[in-house]
Amino acid sequence: MTWNTLFIMRHEVLLTLLIMYELLADLSDETNRTRMVNVTIAGFFLYMLAGFVPSENAALFGGMYVNDELRVLLKNILSVSTFIVLLQSSGWAKSPIHQGRAGAFYLTLLSTLMGMFFMISAGDFLMLYLGLELATLPLALLASFDKEFRRSAEAGAKLLMSSAVSSAVLLFGLSLMYGIYGTLQMEDIAQMNLNSDIHTIAIIFFISGLGFKLSLVPFHLWTADVYEGSPLPVTTYFSVVSKGAALFTLMLVLYRVFRYQPEEWRMPLYTLSVLTMVVGNLFALRQKNMKRFLAFSSITQAGFMLLGFMNFGRIGMTTIVYFMLIYGLSNLAVFGVLSIIVRATGKESMDDLNGFYSTNPRLGLVMLLSLFSLAGIPPVAGFFGKFFLFTAAASAGMYILVFIAVLNATISLYYYLLVVKAMFINKNETPIPSIQSTFYEKLAIGICLTGILAIGFVSQLYEYIQGLM
Amino acid sequence: MNLSSEIPLQYMLVLSTLVFFIGLVSIIIRRNLITMLMGIELMLNAVNINFVAFNHYLFPNRLEGHFFTMIIIAIAAAEAAVAIALIINIYRKVGTVSVDDIEELKY
Repeated sequence: MTWNTLFIMRHEVLLTLLIMYELLADLSDETNRTRMVNVTIAGFFLYMLAGFVPSENAALFGGMYVNDELRVLLKNILSVSTFIVLLQSSGWAKSPIHQGRAGAFYLTLLSTLMGMFFMISAGDFLMLYLGLELATLPLALLASFDKEFRRSAEAGAKLLMSSAVSSAVLLFGLSLMYGIYGTLQMEDIAQMNLNSDIHTIAIIFFISGLGFKLSLVPFHLWTADVYEGSPLPVTTYFSVVSKGAALFTLMLVLYRVFRYQPEEWRMPLYTLSVLTMVVGNLFALRQKNMKRFLAFSSITQAGFMLLGFMNFGRIGMTTIVYFMLIYGLSNLAVFGVLSIIVRATGKESMDDLNGFYSTNPRLGLVMLLSLFSLAGIPPVAGFFGKFFLFTAAASAGMYILVFIAVLNATISLYYYLLVVKAMFINKNETPIPSIQSTFYEKLAIGICLTGILAIGFVSQLYEYIQGLM
Repeated sequence: MNLSSEIPLQYMLVLSTLVFFIGLVSIIIRRNLITMLMGIELMLNAVNINFVAFNHYLFPNRLEGHFFTMIIIAIAAAEAAVAIALIINIYRKVGTVSVDDIEELKY
């Protein structure tokens, strides 16, 4: 254990320091609570910058912990998203009903982030499982954080039950994997390249387990309930950071560990992708609550993400990461506007948005651009993300799947435009009054908006990601 | 005592698979959150049987399977603690722990 080891693990080590701070600050007296929100955001900002310092590739602790440039990039994407979530949640955390509980919120939130980092950096399935549990258990606590509301309590219990089942399913797959290979070290497994029926079953169990976290369709039943019941910052965190971590882990395991058996995981993912897109779309059409609507929209987007897995090469991985980055920023922008509305008025139904543009033109425009980005309309980044994904799947010869995906993208345009119509066209006697947003909220929206507008035109970013694969 | 000469590995695998699916089915058909939690424990224990059996029969020279089992037991305890905390929270809000009554969030 040298300083260099600590530096390679800087994402985890510095995050531990931040978690320690939350723990200690929570014990201090009441007057420090608002300051605590500010210090956490400032501390996390510095932490996020430290993550961008380049470091060498290494495998530590007997190969349990692996770090390379790709993993650093994935962690940075997650920590930037978490930073935006922290900015958006500042008003929520400072509100009187959470007086004295902001420390607990940050503590659990950052613990889950730590778990996700260990999932990404895992060099051994044992480490992956530990990271997964560290990411899952505090998430259930976060979902039921507003414990005076019945729906928050419900959301927490539902999430914990389904995620416990999902990790048991994943573990069953891992136990079969152990029986086949005799080791759980990922690099050893990758080199052995065995093929058998039981191996396919193990992979299917593994994909099902992570599919719960990604909310792919047969395993999506918890998603809408948990998204609706949880406090809004937690919903944001679920739909971007938690989903991103599950996607990156699935990608790293399938492309790195099972790289010689791609045919075994392509067919399950093909089926899941079609189901996820279609069912997610159909359910999104009838939603009236914005949080439920965004839940089904994020299910549909997860179906699109699976398209990238059809391509086994570098292009597949690149497009997955690229799409996740763009999806994350667009979704964060939508949730950013929504969190401002909820903080000021507590309204979260789609009808409440009627006439929103007439009173809040700038927030309306941000919402418009980010919904366009989610739908994939050309000038904004969402189009490029979807386009590259479809290209990756098409270059692998999956024309039927791409056709289904294009159809679904068209259907999704309809319900995204429903929200736009509510904001810009529908009349309302009593629209939401003009809202003054705070500096933190403006900053969060600024980061997201810059990303949405710029990423599509900065081709260096795509090439940079491709260079890391 | 040499177990491997008496009970073949297949028996262990059949047992663990049965226990796993009994747990899964009990989660699906039971309406009480505590009973569902017991189902989850069954599933985790099935995984433990698998790990220990594979380690004992196939790879007796290394201890990875046993270690994994230890960690699963520890984490299952943590999971149960969190789950029971949440179930108590539900009980305070709803007055029951039956899944049929936890229905505020639907459709």
